[in-house]
Amino acid sequence: MTDGAGNPAPAPGATVTVTVDGRTVEVPDGATVLDACTAAGVDTPTLCFGDTITARNVCRICVVDVAGSRALVPSCSRRAEPGMEIGTDTPRVRHARRMVLELLASSVDLSLTDHVEEWSIRYGADPDRFGPDAATVAQPVKVDNDCFVRDYSRCILCYQCTDACGEQWQHTFAIAIAGRGFGATVSTEHDVTLPDSACVYCGNCIEVCPTDALMFRTEFDLRTMGAWAPERQTRTDTICAFCGVGCTLTLHVQRGATDDEGDRIVKVTSPHGSSVTGGNLCIKGRFGAGHVHS
Amino acid sequence: MVVLWGSNARETHPIFFHHVLRAVRAGARLVVVDPRRTATAEFADLWLPIDVGADIPLAHAIAHEIIAAGLVHEEFVARATTGYAEFAAQVADWSPERAEAVTGVPADLVRAAAHAYATAPKAQLCWTLGITEHRSGVDNVLALCNLALLCGHVGRWGSGLSPLRGQNNVQGGGDMGALPNRLPGFQAVTDPEARTRVEAVWGHPVPPEDGRNLTEMFAAMETGDLRAVYVLGENPAQSEADVTRARRLLGDLEHLVVQDLYLTRTAELADVVLPATAAWCEADGTVTNSERRVQRVRAAVRPPQGARDDLAILTAVAERLGTPIGPPDPETMWDELRRVSPLHAGMSWVRIEALGGIQWPCPSETGLEPSFLHGRLWADDPAERGRPAPFSVVEWVPPADPLAADFPIRLTTGRRLDSYNTGVQTRRFSSPLRFGETVDLSPADADALGVAPGEVVRVVSRRGAVEAPVRIDPGLRAGLAFMTLHFGDDVDTNRLTIEAVDPKSGTAEFKATAVRIERIPAPVGAPDAPPAR
Amino acid sequence: MSDVRPTLVGVPVGLPVTRPRRDALLPALHEAHDAAGWLAPEVLDAIADRLGLGRAEVFGVASSYASFAFTPRSRRLRRVCTDVMCTAAGAVPPGADEPGVVASPCLGRCEQAPAVLDTEGGRAVVPVAPAPVPQPVSARTLLRRVGVVDPASLDDYRAHGGCAALAHAGRIGPAAVRAAITASGLTGRGGAAFPAGRKWEAVAAASGAPKYVVANADESEPGTFKDRVVLEHDPFAVVEAMTVAGYAVGAEVGYLYVRDEYPEAIARLEHAIAAAETAGLLGPDVAGLGVAFRIEVRRGAGAYVCGEETALFASIEGFRGEPRTKPPYPVDAGLFGRPTLVHNVETLANVLRILDPDGAAPETKLFSVSGAVDRPGCYEVPMGTTLAALLDLAGGVPVGRRLQAVLLGGAAGTFVPPGEIDVPLTVEATRAIGATVGSGAVFVCDDTTDLAAAVLGIATFFREESCGQCVPCRVGTVRQEEALHRLVHGRPLGSVAEEVQRLRDVGAAMRDASICGLGQFAWNAVEGAIDRFGVFGERS
Repeated sequence: MTDGAGNPAPAPGATVTVTVDGRTVEVPDGATVLDACTAAGVDTPTLCFGDTITARNVCRICVVDVAGSRALVPSCSRRAEPGMEIGTDTPRVRHARRMVLELLASSVDLSLTDHVEEWSIRYGADPDRFGPDAATVAQPVKVDNDCFVRDYSRCILCYQCTDACGEQWQHTFAIAIAGRGFGATVSTEHDVTLPDSACVYCGNCIEVCPTDALMFRTEFDLRTMGAWAPERQTRTDTICAFCGVGCTLTLHVQRGATDDEGDRIVKVTSPHGSSVTGGNLCIKGRFGAGHVHS
Repeated sequence: MVVLWGSNARETHPIFFHHVLRAVRAGARLVVVDPRRTATAEFADLWLPIDVGADIPLAHAIAHEIIAAGLVHEEFVARATTGYAEFAAQVADWSPERAEAVTGVPADLVRAAAHAYATAPKAQLCWTLGITEHRSGVDNVLALCNLALLCGHVGRWGSGLSPLRGQNNVQGGGDMGALPNRLPGFQAVTDPEARTRVEAVWGHPVPPEDGRNLTEMFAAMETGDLRAVYVLGENPAQSEADVTRARRLLGDLEHLVVQDLYLTRTAELADVVLPATAAWCEADGTVTNSERRVQRVRAAVRPPQGARDDLAILTAVAERLGTPIGPPDPETMWDELRRVSPLHAGMSWVRIEALGGIQWPCPSETGLEPSFLHGRLWADDPAERGRPAPFSVVEWVPPADPLAADFPIRLTTGRRLDSYNTGVQTRRFSSPLRFGETVDLSPADADALGVAPGEVVRVVSRRGAVEAPVRIDPGLRAGLAFMTLHFGDDVDTNRLTIEAVDPKSGTAEFKATAVRIERIPAPVGAPDAPPAR
Repeated sequence: MSDVRPTLVGVPVGLPVTRPRRDALLPALHEAHDAAGWLAPEVLDAIADRLGLGRAEVFGVASSYASFAFTPRSRRLRRVCTDVMCTAAGAVPPGADEPGVVASPCLGRCEQAPAVLDTEGGRAVVPVAPAPVPQPVSARTLLRRVGVVDPASLDDYRAHGGCAALAHAGRIGPAAVRAAITASGLTGRGGAAFPAGRKWEAVAAASGAPKYVVANADESEPGTFKDRVVLEHDPFAVVEAMTVAGYAVGAEVGYLYVRDEYPEAIARLEHAIAAAETAGLLGPDVAGLGVAFRIEVRRGAGAYVCGEETALFASIEGFRGEPRTKPPYPVDAGLFGRPTLVHNVETLANVLRILDPDGAAPETKLFSVSGAVDRPGCYEVPMGTTLAALLDLAGGVPVGRRLQAVLLGGAAGTFVPPGEIDVPLTVEATRAIGATVGSGAVFVCDDTTDLAAAVLGIATFFREESCGQCVPCRVGTVRQEEALHRLVHGRPLGSVAEEVQRLRDVGAAMRDASICGLGQFAWNAVEGAIDRFGVFGERS
């Protein structure tokens, strides 16, 4: 038995001892280096890493120094091995993290991505240093259906949406990475619109998108109108009514600006830890709530 | 191994199907029994293309092959079941070849499925309305239970029988006693011990006989025995088979009360309409899913003005009737349930919150029971093993609406991914997947009829006719047509279906209607179709 | 872990389903592309539907390869090599007004620079050129049959010592074969120089079946063509070496992944495999040894990154050619997640040398020498030969010219200054001077070579060949090329020093944090050119 990355199955109950920045920590066998860093109380930046998708380790912001390893090691996917000496704040690590932030922020719109500002300060990243002519992935937002929009100028190519659409969850295979190099992008076949693709609008891609490149149409429209108001939003867990599976829905509700204006469900997610959904929903659960407003 | 029988889970239970896919990815085999080559069947190792309503012969033939091949779990059958000999004698007549003649499933496939199921270390057999929406629905289920007993695929983790519920609280409704023959906790109305327990809490005597199920209610409306009806969150004027009759009977009632979110077709017939809130997002309470997991629903949205939640309405009505049933507080109500239902006794509100739902049985506030039922059947100690599980001798009853020269096509019904039941809720969101009602035909039938996709045809059954555009579905075999019940306002599919009811469950045979497809001649005087270029 | 996806497309009613072989995708794309000259959307969709794959996935895979066109294009193509070596020799990228002429990554014909290749439907139009091996046969071991035997004749191969190693292997048994490989000290010739024997033992010891042998004939490092020489002129040797490897490690299937730019090699290998099957040297009972082995040729599609072993596996499996993180290593989880022995062609050629029943000849190393020398070509020299001696063998720089630099190891290598050409061409000795043998590419620059332009060309190459998977390489190669472009054109952003610092910062991140060697080495040559040659007026 191996996991998604081909690692051998861990021995249940066994532990592994490593050092993180000189501190000894013990983690369960099968834990990642990232787990070990977290156990040691070290905050590690991650961008492409999601809790419901097998780590792809493509953004490389979580890299650490492991003694004996020539290149830096992606902490999100590398298993902790006995005796590993892990450095999370060496000059090489700080430099690599700073550069990942600079390279991404100079080419992708990260304005809706959590933590970027904080990390940029921490690592001294200055994305403007590549000048005004630095190539970017800026492009128009794809608005082709009433459920969600795709703004690939915010896409860092974390692969989570394609994996969620593909064999890690949905098995619909409506989107994939196309092209290569800097021109690589998430795409339907021949870049056809979603209604012409295999998409079934489960929205499980939105659930895993770390940069809000994928966004509910409701949120997109409200933002466009300047009416998106996180301060008036609440989140409440309930159960979907559209079949007997019992999927937990987290309803993101925006209260009206005035008492006359009603509440509005602006977004629907599902807890990633739910044993029923694993964070996934279908079109009815994700987008079918609108009837309560009619 | 997973068997999905009469279930298009890929479209109707998508998140359950995620779990199936994960198992398949880890090496589990998937067998799908369905008249249609559905989106679910496309992931299967074996697809058994069964003729509508032939489930019992197919199950019998699978049992026949399991027995003939010596694959019976003899130890389990001997220790934990009764009635094997009678059952074996009955299925002895059902060779795969004989079954092929009435099920349409090639004998080789029957054998392959039988061997796969019997030799699987663990096997889960799941079904949906493809099994139950027949006049032999209960017997269909029993025929599947026989297979599980034969192979010992019950009462162990990963092995069992599971009906996939179509609504978020079908299970919970029954568990709460919203069945004519059940008290809360799924206790029989006829069980004196249970009645005593409930009466002690409620402070009222409970009538010791079963009530009427939906079908019997309609029959009683017909005879005039039932003259007033209170409908909560149902839309029988659209969802009943043979809706023409249902609407007539509802319209003829002396008094009809409807409690719903919307002014449904049923509500339009009502004398009193009680506007309710959406239980799943405008009120607090619990629902119980297909795996018997009691889960909390919570109010997230303020309801529209004038709407009240079901509990508030019911307690207020009880109050007016002079029989207060307690405050309109969901937790208080829940605690009352825990006192009358041993299955739920251990589920405090706090615990349900903390664990994100709890599966019944949960008799104690400490600890949890295994997630599967019937584990007792494997116990060594006969006392612990308890009452053995009975094999059922069930006879095949073909669909009530026979195919004939003038009704040669078998119409079956089901759901599509983005829609739900009569569409009262789902038609209110803009789905990019929706294309409205169609009559789905096989490529062969469309060819034979000379109809093109999009062409509006008349679908005629012995009870009525509707018009719908044609859609060609290569997943349909010749002679099979498919429609949904989602767009009753546009295409009233239930004008076609037959009110042939399972006497045990009261469920109508929505899955098997005999129809013919008629082309609609251009109206006289209408301009001719443009000439072909 | 099985591939789970809808499968019933085209499957007759009721029959058990055969799950699709995703690895049929790349061959299917080639077949369609060869037939039409390009891949129309409806053709791609039909392939997806037939194989039971998502249409988006098929589009995603196809569009990751440079060989495929997605707009109408002639079946007959002239590919013009626009890589560093050929550009230095005067190659000019074709203009838009030249239909049927396309720019190509290194064609592996650097000895003919500037090189062109004419193909029709993917097959070479002109016959194979004579082997570019200037040395006499007496001086060669691995290349001893090159240009000597008829590459289409198994009999000729046998007459020149062919099949002796396989027979010898059969006599001594798999364990002794592995021991011989280990004892020989053979190291991988792909660039990483990992001990071959350890791989053989690890794959043999890995539990379960199937196991695979993969021959990496995706010789894509610019300036490298030594493997092409062996593939084209001694194809049976590759087949025999793979068979020995399969026998020794317990694999029954071998994949021979050849780059698309080598159509003659592919044709000759396919012929050799068929001939070996007919002769019973491949098949259910290899040479009467009681073991099965078969070989499938897989044709690359214009992706340098597929020379990286895990990207090569992904490509064979029908995924985009994207490298995977190691560990796990191929010996544990390689092709299709199974234990896999992967070697490049030169390493495999050494297997026959080691298992020669007459005793192993001394170890040699192959080099592809191109650029400013009198006799460019493929050279086989004893291990430890100095770069200076190799250059002498190739005739040295033309009369009247002066040696400026040697790009050792291809685009991923580094520039060696004239003062250091006495370095022995071993892994250790080159490392000591901050260089690398790498793929054995030796590109000689004389005083007429524009080093800055060559460096920019290398940067362009890496930007074009980055698969796009990881951030440091995907964006870093772009930022590197942008900065070099500004420097070469004398328009630095801020001072030259700032620009150089920007390059250093990006380069360090690529080297430290990229997933695979492509990104890790994308800054090597640039760094060397700056530090050792002061190409931008800065010398550290």
